[in-house]
Amino acid sequence: MNKHFALAGNPNSGKTTLFNSLTGATAHVGNWPGVTVDKREGTYKKLAEPIDIVDLPGIYSLSPYTSEEIVSRNYILDEKPDCVIDIVDATNLERNLYLTTQLLEIDVPVVVALNMSDVLRKRGTEIKIDELSKRLGVPVVAISALKGENLDELMVAAYQACEKKREGVSVIENKDLAHLIGDVKIAFEGKEVANPLFHAVKLVELDEIETEMHPDLLPMVEAFKKTFEDDTFGSDFEALIADARYAFISQHFHDLLPSAASAEKDEKGKEKAKTTTDKIDRVLTHRVFGLIIFAAIMFLIFHFTFSENFLFTFIRIENPGVINFFTGMASEDFAIIDEATEEILGYEMIGIPSPGVWLQSWFGWFTDSLIIGKLGEVMPEAWYTSLLLDGILGGLSAVMSFIPQILLLFLFIGILEDSGYMARIAFILDRAFRRFGLSGKAFIPMLTGFGCSVPAIMATRTLEDDREKKLTIRLMTCFSCGAKAPIWALLATVGALAGFQGDVFVFTIYLGGILAAVLYAIILKFFSKDTYVSPFVMELPEYHLPQFRNVMALLWEKLKHYVIKAGTIILACTIVIWFLSNFGWNFWAYNSFVDEEFDMQWSILGTLGQGFRFFYYPLGCLEGGWTYGEDGWKYAVSIITGLIAKEDVVATMAELGLVEGAIALNAAGVYSFAAYNLFTIPCFAAIGAAHGELKGKEFWLTLAWWFGMSYVASAVLYWAIELWILAWWGGLLLTLALLGCIVWFAIVVEKRNKAAALAAKAE
Amino acid sequence: MLKKLDTLKVGETGRIKMVGGEGRLRRRLFDMGVTPGAEVKVKKLAPLGDPMELTIRGYELTLRKAEAHLVEVEVEGNE
Repeated sequence: MNKHFALAGNPNSGKTTLFNSLTGATAHVGNWPGVTVDKREGTYKKLAEPIDIVDLPGIYSLSPYTSEEIVSRNYILDEKPDCVIDIVDATNLERNLYLTTQLLEIDVPVVVALNMSDVLRKRGTEIKIDELSKRLGVPVVAISALKGENLDELMVAAYQACEKKREGVSVIENKDLAHLIGDVKIAFEGKEVANPLFHAVKLVELDEIETEMHPDLLPMVEAFKKTFEDDTFGSDFEALIADARYAFISQHFHDLLPSAASAEKDEKGKEKAKTTTDKIDRVLTHRVFGLIIFAAIMFLIFHFTFSENFLFTFIRIENPGVINFFTGMASEDFAIIDEATEEILGYEMIGIPSPGVWLQSWFGWFTDSLIIGKLGEVMPEAWYTSLLLDGILGGLSAVMSFIPQILLLFLFIGILEDSGYMARIAFILDRAFRRFGLSGKAFIPMLTGFGCSVPAIMATRTLEDDREKKLTIRLMTCFSCGAKAPIWALLATVGALAGFQGDVFVFTIYLGGILAAVLYAIILKFFSKDTYVSPFVMELPEYHLPQFRNVMALLWEKLKHYVIKAGTIILACTIVIWFLSNFGWNFWAYNSFVDEEFDMQWSILGTLGQGFRFFYYPLGCLEGGWTYGEDGWKYAVSIITGLIAKEDVVATMAELGLVEGAIALNAAGVYSFAAYNLFTIPCFAAIGAAHGELKGKEFWLTLAWWFGMSYVASAVLYWAIELWILAWWGGLLLTLALLGCIVWFAIVVEKRNKAAALAAKAE
Repeated sequence: MLKKLDTLKVGETGRIKMVGGEGRLRRRLFDMGVTPGAEVKVKKLAPLGDPMELTIRGYELTLRKAEAHLVEVEVEGNE
């Protein structure tokens, strides 16, 4: 078995970047706490033997505050890595060393990697490495994870360290306390517990896990507690030990801490860096503009990615060739015809499309016209041609053509993530979120949910409170994930034809999702007795320029994920859909290849779809003449395949011929179809992730919630908009009634909250 | 004079005297460097007035007022 080294360190200390540099992996890095929620492994190959590197979640301490901390703690204690590489952010030495003092208590070789020392040097300070190493009693190597400086030296030092056994040392200098810890340690040794010192310190701290595991030793601590009295802390061991650690750090590293080492020089350097972050924050977290800027940033991202009319201009171009270049989609649809002479006067465009739409239409043109078109010319008319072109390529190219837009969207999200703005969003929104029983921290998994529900559901692990975690998972579908983006992009095109702005449509979907989440949170809170809101204690990292490499790593990960999914589950689905839609129940007698009169409506899929359609009647999948028209069953089928993976929605629509201008949805249809796909079960993978995070009943309730609330929301939306279209006053009345209900409900909730707050105060 | 941390104005600095609360929250505050003796400065408030941004031990920490209320600070004041 290979030797394995664990990477431990504070969030934002550059741990994942180091992991990527060491292993060549492209794990996703973000400039906010909680990017690595589970451990990840890779291999370092430049030493005499291959070394397995395990990247642990970023933690501030080894106390069991969040499940990430428990993951890291258990890994180091139970899996016994050969060496722990502790990454310490040199620009934030004091808080980072706090974790180091805890790691030192474990009987494991430790090497400190002093990261970002190059940044310090630039600021005109340097930490004396030898001195630091001497005082900590473990090797220290100055590295730059970002630039890849000194990484080999670090690994050599770790390799040498892992050859020797190391016994845990405590930094607690209070004599009486050290004595108590010593006694408890001996008791642990008597019980033959590994890492006796670590356990002893934690037990003295009255750490939850420890007191549960070793209740027999507790009386020892309790007895001592009675005899102990500190001037400042009384017998509060928890505070005493935390204080002792920080005391040790400031005492021993005072002269090494940049602020003191060369105070003047550094003041300047530090001031400069600080003021950059301050200056940015003065605008981005401004009291008045903060929220407006947040909304504006979100809108710009969607506008840039999804807008069919980027500059809000209407243009008329005489030469179709030019349009083709600008849009890749000039067609008869846009021709302006002189009614008298039937002469084409020119081509009217809705406007210049955004870069996202522009790329998407070119990509689509490439696959549709070049690949599928050319193959169609050369291949004989046979079932396999149909399978390849209509089934596989038709479905896949529909899914693949959205790659540019997805990448563009994630380019923006990646920049926001890597720059440090995400943590600010939590900061800005916390107050608003708290009203609904969530903390601003819950917004971080939710933001991840805009990327993919699967890691987002896993990221709820960073939430301390189980109720909040459950709520966040339930609300996750409200945050439109990347796989849903193709649906919106497709509907945006439809919307453009139906007369409304594509980007506005997409923006309302994202915004509507967030508003729905708020509404659902109020509803769910109403039915829960618990009024507890978990605390919000979070670091605001300094802003830094997004690293090209980190953003690219994110894009690469997304691309890989998307393509793999398209090549496996989506591919399988397209083949199944192709078969079901081209064959009748008596396969060989009635299919599209033997029967010229074959009507897809009577294929296996068609008949099944007719059945599903009844179920989706309330959402507008009605018999001819209504919104979804005769194609109602096709929408029903698309919805069903979307439960497997959301990319399937577009793939299925393409296969069933719903893409090329064949969609005749009105606004009600577009929105109800969108709402259902947005709120329902995200995909099989997300169900799996939810199963991993929630227990038994909670899991099934969550599935039921996703299923039920998407149905209700979509039906309400459909009938409300339909009513607006049929009779505006009816729509107005219904809308007012609905809004009235919401307001009434909010007032009731608010009253209850106030009563609860008063009751709490009275206590 | 002694004050609760949440009552400090933006720009005010104080030295932590006592950290109240209990259980995990208190533990967390300690882990994040909010310990007696540490110097803390209120940097700003979020747009909706809460949470607050603090500078402590050379980095930026954000806390809700409810959590800050648990922290008692000694402020050099002439009031």
